[in-house]
Amino acid sequence: MRHMMTAAAALLAAATLPVAAQAQGTVKIGVISAYSGQFADTAVQIDNGIKLYMKQHGDTVAGKKIEVIRKDTGGPNADVAKRLAQELVVRDGVDILAGFTLTPEALGAAGVADEAKKLLVDMNAATAIVTEKSPYIVRVSLTLPQISETAGTWLATKGGAKKVYTMVSDFGPGIDAETGFQRAFKAAGGEVIGSVRMPVANPDFSAFVQRAKDLNPESIFVFVPGGAQPAAIGKAFAERGMDPAKIKIISTGEAVDEQAVKAMGDVSIGRLSAWHYDYNHKSKLNDDFVKAFNAEFKRNPDFFAVGGYDGMHLIYEALKKTGGKADGDSLIAAAKGMKWESPRGPIAIDPDTRDIVQNVYIRKVEKVGGAIVNVDIDKVENVKDPTHGRK
Amino acid sequence: MATAPTTPQAYLQSLSRWRPIEIAFWLVTLVPFWLFPNYLSLANQIAVAALFALSLDLILGYAGIVSLGHAAFFGVGAYTAGIFSKFVWGEVFTGLIVAALMAALFGYVSSFIVARFRHLTLIMITLGLGLLLHSAANSAHWLTGGSDGFQGISVWKVAGLFKFDLYGKVAYAYSLCTLFVVFLCARRLINSPFGLALRGIRDNWVRMPAIGADSPSHIRKVYTISAAMAGIAGALIAQTTQTVSLDALSFERSADVVVMLVLGGAGRLYGGLVGATIFLIARDQFSGIAPQYWYFWIGILLVTVVMLLPNGILGGLSKLVGRWSRK
Amino acid sequence: MLPPIFGVLFDGIAYGMLLFVLSVGLSVTLGLMNFVNLAHCAFAMLGGYTTVVLMQDLHWPFFATLPAAFFIAALASIVVERTLYRRLYRASDLDQVLLTIGLAFISVAIAAWFFTTQQQPVDMPAYLRGSYQFFGLNIGVYRLFLVAVGVAVTAMLIMTVEHTRFGAQVRAAVDNQRMARGLGIDVDRTFAVTFALGSGLAGLGGALAIEIVGLDPSFAFTYLVYVLIVVSVGGLGSILGSFAAACLIGISDVAGKYYLPELGAFLIYLVMVAVLMWKPAGLFGRR
Repeated sequence: MRHMMTAAAALLAAATLPVAAQAQGTVKIGVISAYSGQFADTAVQIDNGIKLYMKQHGDTVAGKKIEVIRKDTGGPNADVAKRLAQELVVRDGVDILAGFTLTPEALGAAGVADEAKKLLVDMNAATAIVTEKSPYIVRVSLTLPQISETAGTWLATKGGAKKVYTMVSDFGPGIDAETGFQRAFKAAGGEVIGSVRMPVANPDFSAFVQRAKDLNPESIFVFVPGGAQPAAIGKAFAERGMDPAKIKIISTGEAVDEQAVKAMGDVSIGRLSAWHYDYNHKSKLNDDFVKAFNAEFKRNPDFFAVGGYDGMHLIYEALKKTGGKADGDSLIAAAKGMKWESPRGPIAIDPDTRDIVQNVYIRKVEKVGGAIVNVDIDKVENVKDPTHGRK
Repeated sequence: MATAPTTPQAYLQSLSRWRPIEIAFWLVTLVPFWLFPNYLSLANQIAVAALFALSLDLILGYAGIVSLGHAAFFGVGAYTAGIFSKFVWGEVFTGLIVAALMAALFGYVSSFIVARFRHLTLIMITLGLGLLLHSAANSAHWLTGGSDGFQGISVWKVAGLFKFDLYGKVAYAYSLCTLFVVFLCARRLINSPFGLALRGIRDNWVRMPAIGADSPSHIRKVYTISAAMAGIAGALIAQTTQTVSLDALSFERSADVVVMLVLGGAGRLYGGLVGATIFLIARDQFSGIAPQYWYFWIGILLVTVVMLLPNGILGGLSKLVGRWSRK
Repeated sequence: MLPPIFGVLFDGIAYGMLLFVLSVGLSVTLGLMNFVNLAHCAFAMLGGYTTVVLMQDLHWPFFATLPAAFFIAALASIVVERTLYRRLYRASDLDQVLLTIGLAFISVAIAAWFFTTQQQPVDMPAYLRGSYQFFGLNIGVYRLFLVAVGVAVTAMLIMTVEHTRFGAQVRAAVDNQRMARGLGIDVDRTFAVTFALGSGLAGLGGALAIEIVGLDPSFAFTYLVYVLIVVSVGGLGSILGSFAAACLIGISDVAGKYYLPELGAFLIYLVMVAVLMWKPAGLFGRR
């Protein structure tokens, strides 16, 4: 027992690494993300976006040195995210909280940002309510209703479909996507002939795809989280002989991301999607971004990466405006209404809701010079989140 | 350890006597307030995990019920405390009690299933029940907020005086006091004839009924008590962080608590406390150094402990100490 | 035209075959030596990454990578068995759990380090893609292939266990280890070989699984629950039991999603709890 005590004491002692005295000329950014576990790749890509921005723009802005401290939540753990946010504020003395792979993380940390009056930059978490939790929160990624309502309207109008079957994952974001899509599709005169909610942890889609096929729908809307599922559901469509050339299959961007399209191969050709960013988006800025990203990390950027990149841009520009003042009130004032050109196109921060305003692109999977990629076929400009203020 | 106790009463009394090392342990838990004031929110999370591991120790260490679904009760406690604070009132102690009762109810109902099985079957039944509850909480979006997490927890100041602060000072004090009180109850329970009967069941499930200790009924009792304790732990995390997410019910949380308890040493009351402390401090430090690869170092830690200190850190150390003092 | 129930059955069996190949090794090692190997899926993951590396970097054909996935996983398991597992055969279950969870943690970190956290796409050969039409049913070619592999593995295992000397030793050791030792069977060696075989099959399962469920470093944990369900429902140490359980779980998963999608996330857990309450030792279990 005595040994146990000494061991515990030693460990406790080891836990107190010296806290560096806060240098006057430093702005610290605490990045809270799920660096380990099932969602690790998301966190890695956000982090790559952050790293690339700092490499291109230096680690000094408005006379202040930027220091990034990274914390792992291990997954959608609200309580861990909250603790990490507290520790970052009280122990490490950070000025800005950023990152947030998943909604529960952002919601967990929101209270800390509010109480400590720190700017919180949401670089991914996409549930609409996140920005409503504190006046210090700003989002640079996307909101699901922003994408899915645009998809619904587009499909019923320009897309020329009158009937749709919806398939979404049965959790918060999936339900958000389903609600938004169905609402907009119906508002534009379309009819929803059926819908299914699929378990979040779902390795095999054959049964759900068969259900959809039984109804012989004219079009299908899909939302599944990124990772292994997009390719799995795409292959299930192909196995059932559901050809995207005959049935309009529209989804959000995750379902046709780079890895999914690669794994699906030719059977993904013709798939439609509504999304705000793809590495194949055509612009000089994006070409340079993709090239630089590849040189640094030997892979293509995705929407997570562009979220991290734009988040850092917002922080840098806000600091320039405040002349290096890093308190939450000055930074959020500087961030409101900010407009800039991102690799994804022109984007802005809505001064009223502090949420992202951006173009939503309608893309189609096509074969271009031997490679299967998403090609922009239409765009809806300056889309705001449609749910803020709606009751 | 002078002479062997002669009567059963004397034996139980000798077990329940406070040893200096125990008093020292609890004094050490106060150290963070002065030495590590910036680590109090971590200390709070450790205290909660320790309480959760202690609740598991009652059934795993003392009654031999290995559960891979214990997060069910943690989660029920957390959601109950959250929902109670939103719809009834934010007073924390009543919140704890209500959460404990609700978790106990869930524990009592499931104990009728659990008490019938042993070994792998038992593990898988607890796992299955836990996963079913996790899925149910995801489906009951209207009540739990689903995967976005429960929103709208509002807790009052503790005892009307202390507000949960950003440093986690009140949170740690509150959780530590709760842990200590529950620990006293658990210690009393273990060092009672009931506790002895449990150990008997753990070591021989078939023979105990023959000497008058009905195994299933004892198991039902201890399982219910353990569920209530896990519920208190869940309520503490809900109240002190004002967040509850589906993760509170997840398989990962069930598996983590087993790892913490076994790491510290099951069946020793302090095993869960030591295991939770070491696991969470190691995790915090490793993930601070390598947020992506801390798994590696935690893995090395677990493998090393198993190889050098069988039966957990406390089990291994007490063996080493025993060998050393015999020389 | 055949009614959709046949399609559901076929898909369920195909999915079940994947689960069977992934889990049969664990069933036998648990039944044989009571060794709780929670790192089982880490060997499956190793098989998966073997296939990915051979296909992407060395441009091996998919079929040639399958035996390689088997042997690499088997080889790795022999190393781990000799160095670590051996010492814990007589330790408590809980120590075994701690050790093997630790190894699974390490494998996840190593996979993330070498292969990044990205999903690994594999480009299946054309003859394994697409589907056949069969009286109005869609029969996926890859699923048909999975069924063939599953049946072949089962047949080979049963032949080995029922009709070879080694099989007789395994059966004897599962039934009564002490007696088997008394008869001069080298139980430790039998176990080492069985263990390698089981891990090799897991490696094969990992390679086969990429096309259906993908591959990333979290694989070592994600499928552990499914594997444990198959093992417990089937009954420890029973090959036929695992086979039947894998089919049951596969079919109820697919049928549940098709007929009762509201229950999608619940059904396999309900089936497991129901089966275990009815037969605590599993379908084919003897204890």
